[in-house]
Amino acid sequence: MAQPLVKKDDDRDDEAEYSPFLGIEKGAVLQEARVFNDPQLDPRRCSQVITKLLYLLNQGETFTKIEATEVFFAVTKLFQSRDIGLRRMVYLMIKELSPSADEVIIVTSSLMKDMTSKTDMYRANAIRVLCRITDGTLLTQIERYLKQAIVDKNPVVASAALVSGIHLLETTPEIVKRWSNEVQEAVQSRAALVQFHALALLHQIRQNDRLAVSKLVTSLTRGTVRSPLAQCLLIRYTTQVIREAATTQTGDRPFYDFLESCLRHKAEMVIFEAARAITELNGVTNRELTPAITVLQLFLSSSKPVLRFAAVRTLNKVAMTHPMAVTNCNIDMESLISDQNRSIATLAITTLLKTGNESSVDRLMKQITNFMSDIADEFKIVVVEAIRSLCLKFPLKYRSLMNFLSNILREEGGFEYKKAIVDSIVILIRDIPDAKENGLLHLCEFIEDCEFTYLSTQILHFLGTEGPKTSDPSKYIRYIYNRVHLENATVRAAAVSTLAKFGAMVDALKPRVFVLLRRCLYDGDDEVRDRATLYLNTVGSDGEVIETDKVVKDFLFGSLDIPLANIETSLKNYEPAEQPFDINSVPKEVKTQPLAEKKAPGKKPAGLGAPPSGPPSTVDAYEKLLSSIPEFSDFGKLFKSSAPVELTEAETEYAVNVVKHIFDRHVVFQYNCTNTIPEQLLENVTVIVDASEAEEFAEVASKPLRSLPYDSPGQIFGAFEKPEGVPAVGKFSNMLRFIVKEVDPTTGDVEDDGVEDEYQLEDLEVVAADYVMKVGVSNFRNAWESIGPDFERVDEYGLGPRESLAEAVSAVISLLGMQPCEGTEVVANNSRSHTCLLSGVFIGNVKVLVRLQFGIDGPKEVAMKLAVRSEDDNVSDMIHEIVASG
Amino acid sequence: MDTCPSIKNILLLDSEGKRVAVKYYSNDWPTNSAKEAFEKAVFTKTQKTNARTEAEIAMLEGNVIVYKFVQDLHFFVTGGEDENELILATVLQGFFDAVGLLLRGNVDKKEALENLDLILLCLDEIVDGGIILETDANVIAGKVASHSVDVGAPLSEQTISQALATAREHLTRSLLK
Repeated sequence: MAQPLVKKDDDRDDEAEYSPFLGIEKGAVLQEARVFNDPQLDPRRCSQVITKLLYLLNQGETFTKIEATEVFFAVTKLFQSRDIGLRRMVYLMIKELSPSADEVIIVTSSLMKDMTSKTDMYRANAIRVLCRITDGTLLTQIERYLKQAIVDKNPVVASAALVSGIHLLETTPEIVKRWSNEVQEAVQSRAALVQFHALALLHQIRQNDRLAVSKLVTSLTRGTVRSPLAQCLLIRYTTQVIREAATTQTGDRPFYDFLESCLRHKAEMVIFEAARAITELNGVTNRELTPAITVLQLFLSSSKPVLRFAAVRTLNKVAMTHPMAVTNCNIDMESLISDQNRSIATLAITTLLKTGNESSVDRLMKQITNFMSDIADEFKIVVVEAIRSLCLKFPLKYRSLMNFLSNILREEGGFEYKKAIVDSIVILIRDIPDAKENGLLHLCEFIEDCEFTYLSTQILHFLGTEGPKTSDPSKYIRYIYNRVHLENATVRAAAVSTLAKFGAMVDALKPRVFVLLRRCLYDGDDEVRDRATLYLNTVGSDGEVIETDKVVKDFLFGSLDIPLANIETSLKNYEPAEQPFDINSVPKEVKTQPLAEKKAPGKKPAGLGAPPSGPPSTVDAYEKLLSSIPEFSDFGKLFKSSAPVELTEAETEYAVNVVKHIFDRHVVFQYNCTNTIPEQLLENVTVIVDASEAEEFAEVASKPLRSLPYDSPGQIFGAFEKPEGVPAVGKFSNMLRFIVKEVDPTTGDVEDDGVEDEYQLEDLEVVAADYVMKVGVSNFRNAWESIGPDFERVDEYGLGPRESLAEAVSAVISLLGMQPCEGTEVVANNSRSHTCLLSGVFIGNVKVLVRLQFGIDGPKEVAMKLAVRSEDDNVSDMIHEIVASG
Repeated sequence: MDTCPSIKNILLLDSEGKRVAVKYYSNDWPTNSAKEAFEKAVFTKTQKTNARTEAEIAMLEGNVIVYKFVQDLHFFVTGGEDENELILATVLQGFFDAVGLLLRGNVDKKEALENLDLILLCLDEIVDGGIILETDANVIAGKVASHSVDVGAPLSEQTISQALATAREHLTRSLLK
């Protein structure tokens, strides 16, 4: 019996002998199930067979439909036996088999009999089984018994009915909702768990009724709740009420006192639930936080790992938004670094990294170093990310943090972990100028012995951009050239490109780099040789010490300011011809989800038949469309097309939206019209545009629509001339004019006579943002520096009260119509400030970069600092005007 | 987090990570292979930890798992990422102690398999469809162990084995008190 457990191998043999299920086989067990049909039932034997069947199911064995049916019918015979143990196994078996509707009928009467039995155990279990397998129709038959059961004096029966109610609420809510009186009564039950189940069910019945939930919470927070589980539920419902109340009123938070009193409850479960609820309150103040932090701090030194974990995980979350509130726990946290449970240790470290101050960094790093060797990669990545943000917080400490990163970079680790470290170093190099040379050398050393091709190529590329700008670029050459000798083709090709970059950027190195590049001409791989040849011939001048032409530099190393998706489609569309592929023909506009698609479902009344073919949405399609119209063919290259702007309300007779096409000297309005009245045909449809509030524009052409039948969209165009290259703005009022002809929708016959009619559309504005094209840059910092501060314009704006920081950021982005870079359009939750980077091209091909810094203070007052750099001071001013007027 | 606390699964594995008894209440693992993969991941992650005196805790695939080991048996209770860890721990403790009572202290794999019916009934009494039914080990074990014959049954229908079972039941009850 008492086997020594250490000797696993011996043990296994013994165990195999002892297992009662050794050599068990489905077919044989199904044969054995025939004992269920015996006239003289042996309950013990039947129980054993059911256990075997359950064992098979538990091990993942499946029964075919026929097998399951056979077993089910055999099992139903066992209701004849009065053995309680056997009956309970029968219940289990029926639940596991989940019988089909026609099978359920067979057991319904037996189960209903058990439901009204005197034996509590039968009642409770029969309710659970029946509710599990039943459908709505049967439920109405047993509803009466269930209502009785809810208020049954036996707590097990009441709980069974209540829990079944919670499950049934998902499938047949209308029936369960009728039980609320009984459930209400059960909430007052003296039995702890009945109260818990009743409360859960009552809340779910009423969850969409705010007032009822609020009343429920109010009455229960004053009364007594017996079970800790019910108390936890009450805390959850209370926070829900608090959250919803907070949006309507200000001042003292309701129910906070209740939450605070729960911190003194005798059950740890409740204390923790309350503490966590307090930390998660919207806009929680430090005063409110303090008592919760205090109890969590006590938990940190508990002997129970679960308690420590729960506390440290919660504090870790608090540290993201209120780092100062958590600093009191720092001493307890530090002792957790050596916790046996590595999850706890990692959470403790990352919390400390968030709350730590500058002076404690060094000590902390020492502790972490010991800790890193014995945790798994997934934890290490979390730590690396925490260290990265710490370093950005305390740039002065970059030396020790960078050293730490380079040390762990040398140790063993998987790809994701190494990538996290490399990414962190790259970010630190970018953001902390002092760290650059040090960091680059660490990366150089890393690629000397790096098994991940992806990381090697990324680092080589990064070296190519950053290395030449350092004080002594020559020291990197050795590391790079070593790659050409020792690595696979992908890395070799990357190394060749990097070498060429050094050659092109650092004139003094050029002759030496050329010697190295020439050697690469004999490489075994095509790509490597091709690259070497290309660079030798373009960077050129036979390796003499002269400056490489700027055009060549831009061609080879400039950032590709065309979205890759666009170039891909253009290349796919390109058919081999005399004319070579022209990269300038690729649209630069970053494609966004066309607005029309999102709006369409709400706009079109259902049952209109085939959805109307939407207006062409992409830039290339627009360009094709416009160039096919002779009147507009001499307007030149299309600069930008706006997203469609709706000029009519949804669900009106005629749906019209407009797309603004901007050319250098012209603006073309494309009105997309849809007739939504089946009884009408519109003819000679024109848009009468009044440009009196747009002085700089003069109408030059318009293209009316001959006829607009029901549900087939058509386009009307109007073209205006404007001063060249100037972002003229103005307001246009529009009127749809047409001849209406009655149509018999059944026959499709059109009456001959029509009536002239007009339909007022909303006004249309051309704004400065229409002259900005969304063009992304891959490296904002480089682009920002290369434009230089000559035409920089900085100003501050108050944006007034806003819903949230994220809302303010997205409002400004859409106002400017520029492309967010490096994912800066995303605002982290709960952050108080945010920097957003935007780039674009202004009409006249002027590059514009914008750096937005947002801050939010207490009453949601948002302030913004706007810095613009461009190649033209007029354009910089123009961007400010957009913001100032918007 | 306005919802009722819920349990995603309860696992009882042996010292090699093989199933003794498992019960899943959520649809996060729809197939048997998904379930087995999860059990393997849980087992590997927790294998080397010492969860013999106090329940331990870990995070895996966005789930919180509390666990406790005794002899060659590994007990696990899984809940969602935002679940109150102490509630999960209470369920685990209830399961763990109830199994201890039902196996009369001889908690190991062999004993558990020999009394698999008790273990399965025990799981059935702790959680119903993810909702916690009972966490008090004594109550759980009491409900599982009440193997007496229906009071309504006439005495003459009782066989010798049933009579023995009744006797054993009375003995168990007195032991559990």
